[in-house]
Amino acid sequence: MHIIDRRLNPGSKSLENRQRFLRRAKALVQGAVKKSSQDRDIKDVLEGGEVSIPLDGMNEPRFRREGGTRDMVLPGNKKFVEGDMLPRSGEGRRKASGAGEGDSEDAFRFVLSRDEFVDLFLDDLELPDLAKRKLAEAESEGLQRAGYSTSGSPANISVSRTVRLALARRVALRRPRPETIAELEAELADCDEARRPELLAEIERLKAKLRRIPFIDPIDIRYRRFETVPKPVAQAVMFCLMDVSGSMSEHMKDLAKRFYMLLYVFLTRRYRHVEIVFIRHTDRAEEVDEDTFFHGPASGGTLVSSALEAMHEIVRSRFRPADWNIYAAQASDGDNSTSDSDAVSRLLTEKILPVSQFFAYLEVGETGGSTFDMPDSSLWTLYQRLRAEGAGLSMRKVSERSEIFPVFHDLFHRRRKQEKAAV
Amino acid sequence: MTAERLFEGADWDFQKLQRIHDACAEIARTELGLDIYPNQIEVITAEQMLDAYSSAGMPLFYKHWSFGKHFAHHEAFYRKGLMGLAYEIVINSSPCISYLMEENTATMQTLVIAHAAFGHNHFFKNNYLFKQWTDAEGILDYLDFAKNYVVQCEERHGRLAVEQTLDAAHALMSHGIDRYPGKKTLDLRAEEKRAGERRSHEDSTFNDLWRTVPAGPVKSAASLSTERRHNLLGLPQENLLYFLEKTAPRLQPWQRELLRIVRHIAQYFYPQSQTKVMNEGTATYVHYRIMTRLHEQGRISDGNFLEFLQSHTNVVFQPDFDDPRFSGFNPYALGFAMMQDIERIVTDPEDEDREWFPDIAGTGDVMAVLRDIWANYRDESFISQFLSPRLMRHLRMFHLHDDPAERAGIRVDAIHDERGYRRVRRELARQYDVGYIDPNIEVVDVDLEGDRRLMVRHAAVKGAVLNEADAKRVLQHLADLWSYDVSLVEVDAAGVVLKDHAASPRGIAAAA
Repeated sequence: MHIIDRRLNPGSKSLENRQRFLRRAKALVQGAVKKSSQDRDIKDVLEGGEVSIPLDGMNEPRFRREGGTRDMVLPGNKKFVEGDMLPRSGEGRRKASGAGEGDSEDAFRFVLSRDEFVDLFLDDLELPDLAKRKLAEAESEGLQRAGYSTSGSPANISVSRTVRLALARRVALRRPRPETIAELEAELADCDEARRPELLAEIERLKAKLRRIPFIDPIDIRYRRFETVPKPVAQAVMFCLMDVSGSMSEHMKDLAKRFYMLLYVFLTRRYRHVEIVFIRHTDRAEEVDEDTFFHGPASGGTLVSSALEAMHEIVRSRFRPADWNIYAAQASDGDNSTSDSDAVSRLLTEKILPVSQFFAYLEVGETGGSTFDMPDSSLWTLYQRLRAEGAGLSMRKVSERSEIFPVFHDLFHRRRKQEKAAV
Repeated sequence: MTAERLFEGADWDFQKLQRIHDACAEIARTELGLDIYPNQIEVITAEQMLDAYSSAGMPLFYKHWSFGKHFAHHEAFYRKGLMGLAYEIVINSSPCISYLMEENTATMQTLVIAHAAFGHNHFFKNNYLFKQWTDAEGILDYLDFAKNYVVQCEERHGRLAVEQTLDAAHALMSHGIDRYPGKKTLDLRAEEKRAGERRSHEDSTFNDLWRTVPAGPVKSAASLSTERRHNLLGLPQENLLYFLEKTAPRLQPWQRELLRIVRHIAQYFYPQSQTKVMNEGTATYVHYRIMTRLHEQGRISDGNFLEFLQSHTNVVFQPDFDDPRFSGFNPYALGFAMMQDIERIVTDPEDEDREWFPDIAGTGDVMAVLRDIWANYRDESFISQFLSPRLMRHLRMFHLHDDPAERAGIRVDAIHDERGYRRVRRELARQYDVGYIDPNIEVVDVDLEGDRRLMVRHAAVKGAVLNEADAKRVLQHLADLWSYDVSLVEVDAAGVVLKDHAASPRGIAAAA
């Protein structure tokens, strides 16, 4: 009898099957994920959780019989005698429960992990690929192992490989083993005269061979080889710019926050390291922490250029564009003093946009107002003009919570190849 | 006689498991005369138990999405607390592997070892169905081979093609079984070797030139007589997977091998579905005897014995038909009740028993009678022979006949009285007869001269036809494997066609 403790075996043996299942049900699960994320808070969106998908397409059909006359033997008879007729209404209850089971079969519920959920959630999105990103990728180089070579620095000698080759060579050339010689010498010590010369010659021959075939030959030596490979820039910084002047309501801030969170999650999926910089501005800008950013009281006029100036400063001092992918999202209700327009357009086109991967402007409106009714604000008009002149800006208007994800999805939607070429 | 306690309290460790096993083995050998495979006891966690659930309890299995689906389903239920996990899983292999859950108490581990490692183990080794249809020595190696073979196929032919073939094979799994002995017994090791040799032969003799040799005019066989055709194809054939493996015209060799694997695995599980009541009854009876004896010997304390009795009574609880918890006969309850009833008949029979069971009543040697029954019966024959009037009265069994054409309702056809005993017993036995449970479907003919249509027939019993939606889907899979049209007719006993279905291949799985 054996007792084996299997508890320490690697778990999740079914992981592969589970992934196959998810892959197969991908379209269905994705639909369910989108649907379930609509009525969740953004914070909870990423928590994973239970989704239910229709079983259609995921079923495993078998030949099953139904209908016809049925016979059954049941336990627990209390008052029936042979020949009784039972009305079918009593049977209806059982039928109903059967149908209920059928329903739960139709909608198949299961739990997705956080990662699976986010993957499916963001699956058809991708980063806008810009020329600069490729440029940035080539900037830094890393070393990577690339097999073995016959020349190199002594520090890189691969001992195991060298010894292995030496052993192979010694075996191939039949280098006599020291034990063999020792044996012969032992035999020599106590043998008769007739055999002595023969043994001596043999020992001499082996010793000569031993000297001819070295234990390690220079041709055995191998060095670990390294290659330089371009390393993609694996870090990103995300600038959140927000107008916090009196005209921004709580609702508008909430919309902006939701958008920032989505962007943050999205970036963390793509980059190993993501930093966030919060810049709020009224008629002057300051870098603040997250809590102050969303909840801190502030009032004053509105000068968008101040925020852009601050962002430019921070980029210059802390985030070298060669090392960082820079993303910026600006949220505002669109108010800006007209005298500021020139400064804004100059900062954007000359300083900010050239170093950024992506710059999104989100114009948030009061709830209830349709986005189509919102009159073009001064900032919107300005940005639209810049866009017409060829600046790489993305801009959208949002006034309802439910629009945030569609807008986000729209901005990062995976373009088809030809579309890309056309853009 | 009092002996040293096996354990105190609820905690266990591996030495205690060993002592428990040895104590059980002693009783099983001397008192019950059990003949078992060597035991292998493995302790696993809840998560590993869920893993095992999704692959039919087997420790290794090939990869397929449907197992992932079952896992997700079970996991969701388990997490919500809707479903408890089994205390153990036992595998019909040699050595006989029993999985024990780590969170079982020492009493539960004792119960589970007695139940699985001795009760089920003895049944697996001795029951004629298992002897005939399963190869306990070879199953684990065969599963390992199957797993690797599927992986290799995926590498060579693409995951999609393999998945489609397996989907189709799974749909027909319950029709991939040889139901009648006569064919040579299964030797899974030889199977594995054969498949390996075939593959290496193919690899070593591969010559691309054969592809370029022009095909001569097809030898058109003079139209075969029906009888000759049937002989040639082995028709009628109820093992659909076997038929496809041998005769489907356009399957690749690896696809045939996959069908063969699914077929072998289905065959391996075939006896289990026919012996649920007996298997659980045997195991429950054995654990009850062993636990009681251990308690009598003083090796289990009174408190632990009460704990055992509590879970034992939960296991053998049989709700009445009008109880909301009722979902058919509980195989543990029915099996255990019948075993105990047989014990009573053998040792302390009444006149009624002498009349009904002249062969065993009062013979005195309980274990000899039970061992003989365990070896030579399956659920259907077991119930139809050994369900006693006394037990029918005790469980208050009655027989309902539900004819949809009958307006007045459902008729009570027989109850537990003198007039009804035999009829109730016959009907209950029939509920466990695979011949009645599985729809009887067989390949009847192939139109070799025309469009190669495969003709399948469902012999309907008591007017029950196949579920339309499912039949359509399965038939689609069948057509994909056959790669020509398939038609299915449902015929009742009088030969009247009740319904017919047809399907055309989608032509992906069988793409050359």
